Amino acid sequence: MSDYLLMAVSAIFVNNILLAQYLGNCPFVGVSKKMDTAAGMAGGVVFVLTLAGVITWTIDFFLLRHFDLVYLRTIVFILVIAALVQFVETFLKKMVPPLYKGLGIFLPLITTNCAIFGVCIINVRKDFNFMETLVFSVTSAIGFGLALVIMAGLRERMATARIPKIMEGTAVTMITAGFMALSFFGFLGMA
Amino acid sequence: MVDAFVFLLILGAIAAVILGFSAIVFYVYEDPKIAEVEECLPGANCGGCGYAGCSACAAAIVAGEASPGSCVAGGPGVVQAVAAVMGMEVEAAETKQAFLTCTGGIRAETKYNYSGIRDCRALSLLYRGDKKCEVACLGQGTCVRNCLFNALTMSENNLPLVDLELCTGCGTCENVCPTGAIKVRRDSEKIMHFNRLDDRLAPCQQTCPAQIDIPRYIDHIKHGRYEEAVLTIKERNPFLLSCGRVCPHPCEDACRRALADDPVSINQLKRFVADYEMNTGKHLPVSVAPDNGHKVAVIGGGPGGLSCAYFLRRLGYSVTIFEMQPKLGGMLYYGIPEYRLPKKILEWEIQGILDLGIEARVNIKFGLDFDLESLVAAGYKAVFMAIGAWKYKSAGMEKEEVGGVEGATIFLERQGLGIPNPVGKKVGVIGGGNTAMDCLRTSLRLGAEKVFLIYRRSKTEMPANPEEIEACQDEGVEAILLSAPGRIVEENGKLTQLEYIKMELGEPDESGRRRPIPIKGSETLLPLDNLILAIGQYSDLSFMETNRRVKDIEKTKWNSIAIDADTNQTAIPYVFAGGDAGYGGPGILVEAIGDARKAARSIHLFITGEDMNFPEGRLKPKEHIPGTIFDSISGIEKKGRIKLSQLDPKTRIHTMEEVDLTITEEEALKEANRCMNCCLTCYDKDIKEAS
Repeated sequence: MSDYLLMAVSAIFVNNILLAQYLGNCPFVGVSKKMDTAAGMAGGVVFVLTLAGVITWTIDFFLLRHFDLVYLRTIVFILVIAALVQFVETFLKKMVPPLYKGLGIFLPLITTNCAIFGVCIINVRKDFNFMETLVFSVTSAIGFGLALVIMAGLRERMATARIPKIMEGTAVTMITAGFMALSFFGFLGMA
Repeated sequence: MVDAFVFLLILGAIAAVILGFSAIVFYVYEDPKIAEVEECLPGANCGGCGYAGCSACAAAIVAGEASPGSCVAGGPGVVQAVAAVMGMEVEAAETKQAFLTCTGGIRAETKYNYSGIRDCRALSLLYRGDKKCEVACLGQGTCVRNCLFNALTMSENNLPLVDLELCTGCGTCENVCPTGAIKVRRDSEKIMHFNRLDDRLAPCQQTCPAQIDIPRYIDHIKHGRYEEAVLTIKERNPFLLSCGRVCPHPCEDACRRALADDPVSINQLKRFVADYEMNTGKHLPVSVAPDNGHKVAVIGGGPGGLSCAYFLRRLGYSVTIFEMQPKLGGMLYYGIPEYRLPKKILEWEIQGILDLGIEARVNIKFGLDFDLESLVAAGYKAVFMAIGAWKYKSAGMEKEEVGGVEGATIFLERQGLGIPNPVGKKVGVIGGGNTAMDCLRTSLRLGAEKVFLIYRRSKTEMPANPEEIEACQDEGVEAILLSAPGRIVEENGKLTQLEYIKMELGEPDESGRRRPIPIKGSETLLPLDNLILAIGQYSDLSFMETNRRVKDIEKTKWNSIAIDADTNQTAIPYVFAGGDAGYGGPGILVEAIGDARKAARSIHLFITGEDMNFPEGRLKPKEHIPGTIFDSISGIEKKGRIKLSQLDPKTRIHTMEEVDLTITEEEALKEANRCMNCCLTCYDKDIKEAS
């Protein structure tokens, strides 16, 4: 149990997928202008990453390794994630309209998100078992959401801040991201 | 190599099959138009339109919630493409535009000195901003910096200026403004807006029954932008030529300048720009929303009916007016005499309203030629009854039916119809309102030698415009005040004398005017050839007895149509009434226009199935926003208002020529510069105080 807890703390804080691994930076800059959209995106990532992590692990474990096709991992994962997201979108639209309304527009955006792909690859490279894969996927997604939401909060405050003209917009966002990453490094050694 | 190929092929096939099946199993119907509209949009998913991504915006456009022009990233090409998919006329697709409602700027009083972050939202967190006025523009320029299209700049008065050429109506400025000083609206949304307690309104605009933005149009005149001034007035009033001539201008009574000087001659300025438009020979175009396919019938082609038709047309309705007289204009045509409002001018004004695409049918009377059933059968979704008040009140004397005695409406209507209207040498008119003044002055022009005004109270209680009372005096009308008619003396069925009794004023009655009490034994005989009764009018509701459905409409005790005071709806849901025929009975022109816009709003909400009641916070008629009516003002130089220029009273009483003259451009500019451009509490001072 304590292993899982450690793994969770590590995924959320120490090895935060956004700030320590630098994966998924496009939504980090792109949808962090408003708290609403950031929260929506965070929810979408938790949802898709959990599913994608579990399914790619299953495919890897039962098919790729079994048939000795591990060298096809990258292309297979991309294909599976894309199809999965597309399927989930269609499914939600019909069966769970409220959830679709909340996450709908973020789902296609996540299809090409490197954070998702990255976590899936980490799952299999580190030889996680099924439970570990599940916990690591969920907690990585939570870490992603946490960083995104903090960033949105900061950027909402920055809208009213006095920023030198030359640094307005993306520039100051990147600097802020850097500071955030530095502060997250403070968790190093905890796990 | 081969197994990898086979494996990927199988995996791809499985994914394709699953997705294919899921597309069938989980199929959700979507309007194919949404995809077509989405094709036209740039696909940038920028969110500038306020929707989450281009597909959401496309869905909103197809659902009718957003306009074809709502995409802020695409240029006019995108608007055209979207409008083409939606089957709308490109020109007709209404666009939103930003406008500033606060005129405070540097003149607004402040509570404290602020030197923090230059952002309105940050400033508003500190005691709701540094301005004493809580709805003022805070002037830190947040909207200017956030505008995606550089359409905003800061003026020297520290207020944002909108460049309408660049503004796309995206709404970003409104979203970032913490006080709501900058707004983004369509023209049709402006028509639906009624004064609210949290609006930024000068006392004059709060008072005007039609809610015209008076300070704005005077500001336009001040800067020589006469066309903009005309369009500002037309937002709320299609009858600017007529109003500029006959309006008793309640707005001037509320003018803040009157506290230290004379009130600004607002109505003369309105007349000046209205005449400017007429002299160009062309009606300035006003915006009309795309046709929405609904038909509305308006019964009565008077100012109420025409105004309601005008506003409904601008909201996109197809409107047909049914008028019983041969000419449109109602009491403006058949009540107001030529010398106050020349028929040619009125006809030009009405033509401008009809040119928006309103159909008018004349010589057709409700209850005789058509009724509610036939209107419903013809597909009209709602009916507006603005049938006016064409019946005159009796003075309660016996023998009122003898020759020589008649009602003011009948006398003036004959004049409007252009049929001979002979009067005798001595004419008496009972009443103290504008209609009485019209009868007196018309009688003089028809050749009467002696004209008497008989009124039971004193001059100060007369409801007529002071200008009209003065003009009557100038033209030699003899006023018999504090006198009530008592008895008609006749000979061979013809009036010879009127007996009246002297009155004195007692305690004020419920209307606030002092009640006249007869003085016993003061009866006097006055020899007369004609006697005109001008003591009040009411609506002709005789059609209610013949028509089956119309019986459901209720009457008030004043013999007008009973309506809901807020919505103008009658007891029949699709029938609305207003103007002189509505609730409180006859009023003035500008009240009928304001009432017509209120009815147009209700009809629009009724047809679209929305709630017709006003949301909380509406500024009720005859009320003022607390704290905006002052006791005194400072820094004002007494300049005096412009004189009313008129024809010479000696010669004018022999012709029907228009008596009041339009002011010159020089006078108009001088008068416009007297306007202090008031807002809720701000106003311009003549003398700049050292701060």
